[in-house]
Amino acid sequence: MTKLTADNNHQAIKDAILKGGHEKYHEKNKEQGKLFVRERLELLFDEGLQSEDGTFANVLADGLPADGVVTGIGKIHGRTVCVMANDSTVKAGSWGKRTVEKIIRIQETAEKLGVPLFYLVDSAGARITDQLEMFPGRRGAGRIFYNQVKLSGRIPQICLLFGPSAAGGAYIPAFCDVVVMVEGNASMYLGSPRMAEMVIGEKVDLETMGGAKMHCSVSGCGDVLAKSEEEAIAYARQYISYFPDNFKNKPKLEEPKLPASFEKSIEEIIPANQNAAFNMHDLINRIIDEGSFCEVKKLFAAEIITGFARINGQSVGIIANQPRVKGGVLFHDSADKAAKFISLCDAFHIPLIFLADVPGFMIGTQVEKMGIIRHGAKMIFAMSEATVPKITVIVRKAYGAGLYAMAGPAFEPDVCIALNGAQIAVMGPEAAVNAVYANKIAALPKEEQAAFIEQQREEYRKEIDVYRLASELIIDDVIEPNELRKTLELRLDAYKSKELKFTERKHGVSPV
Amino acid sequence: MTIVKASMAGTVWKILVTEGEQVEANQDVVILESMKMEIPIAAEEAGTVKRIIAAEGDFINVDDDLLEIE
Repeated sequence: MTKLTADNNHQAIKDAILKGGHEKYHEKNKEQGKLFVRERLELLFDEGLQSEDGTFANVLADGLPADGVVTGIGKIHGRTVCVMANDSTVKAGSWGKRTVEKIIRIQETAEKLGVPLFYLVDSAGARITDQLEMFPGRRGAGRIFYNQVKLSGRIPQICLLFGPSAAGGAYIPAFCDVVVMVEGNASMYLGSPRMAEMVIGEKVDLETMGGAKMHCSVSGCGDVLAKSEEEAIAYARQYISYFPDNFKNKPKLEEPKLPASFEKSIEEIIPANQNAAFNMHDLINRIIDEGSFCEVKKLFAAEIITGFARINGQSVGIIANQPRVKGGVLFHDSADKAAKFISLCDAFHIPLIFLADVPGFMIGTQVEKMGIIRHGAKMIFAMSEATVPKITVIVRKAYGAGLYAMAGPAFEPDVCIALNGAQIAVMGPEAAVNAVYANKIAALPKEEQAAFIEQQREEYRKEIDVYRLASELIIDDVIEPNELRKTLELRLDAYKSKELKFTERKHGVSPV
Repeated sequence: MTIVKASMAGTVWKILVTEGEQVEANQDVVILESMKMEIPIAAEEAGTVKRIIAAEGDFINVDDDLLEIE
């Protein structure tokens, strides 16, 4: 590049920059199934990058085109968005002084314009040789994370992870609203396997320690596992369609669609037996606009389902217990997953629909050690604070603190609806009769026990019967299961003008 | 060879397969009972049930082995 600048051949200089790093790194990219950064941007935007800043960053240095990051503005579905995208063909996408400055500036631009910011990450981390210039200072890499925190909830921040995000760089995904990881190539880790072996003596490979699959199914640091870069980008384009540009606006209405048609009705898919499993996705698909479900954290804590959808064209966030997985019981991870999703929807005016079919929070030594109370509190905290329209549907049951976490009547849902036959209680009939009459049952002759238990359970069922709860105004409405879609349409329409401030204070102290 | 493990703590309620039986991927092979709920456990991969490790009525913890598929 230095020779070109000396000759002052502008077009040649620019062409060289747009080509990225050395040919051999492009080859390596191809072998790994990776696209070149500018190809990624072609796919992300409707018509490519519209305007780019800092193209000539570090142009006087040799072999550092654009200083390894592309920043600029483009359009997705006709909407303006900002982007920063690492170029892995330039020093493995590592960060120098100008790389960091460019990222900081595009964050500032996104804030000023009030538009979403996409982070396309594929970076080995800091250039150690440049550390004094890019690491510790006021406009060093730390400022990127500070800005992310400041932008959080103001504009949507989306991370697409195509390669490594190492050490400090791993915090870019951590502060984004959503992280899409490409299987096989994406990874997140604080210390590489080599460092782990040197420092703590652990022998481990990258995929096991910080690979995409691990993060999307075990750690929860990743939200969506994509098979290819194309799939990851397509997801991101769909994801942003549920969001407004920033917190001051509401999501755009799309063309309403009917739900997909199925042979069996909602009533027919919900088992009468409270304890039997069924697939909650079957219910979700029957109440949302056809093809509108965009799931978040599908592989992580699958006992709760979180995802965006549309009902009559309107964006909604769905939080649903999944009886098919772990009985739909709430665990520390499911509470954590729901807490973040609720907070994300609330930040961007996306109404929440809770589909409760929950036996409660898990009990036992293992989950107590994992801090299930603390994590459960986090979910209840986020759900309480949420001031978007909140619609609670008791599908079959809501027991114990499960009722609270799923936006039960005390937590200001705009409405709490029960499907006919649903139960709400501290615990289910089996557990309750056992808890209350354990001594009495033990004292009875063996042959009388079964009859006594069944009689008490029946009494108890009457006590928690749905009409009893409706009569006491605990729930606001009882509907037939097949009326659910229509009911949700009308309720969402009715609550459109809801405008609420949760309370006056500096900020709450979240149980984290 | 894969080991089908318990997804959560509970009691083994029903074992739905016998040794030597062919199973499909995602086929339910065991039902646990936990938190008063039936918890179906599916095989991750297709194969033959080589060995049944847990017995009906056993208390099992999360990640305990239930059966082996080859």
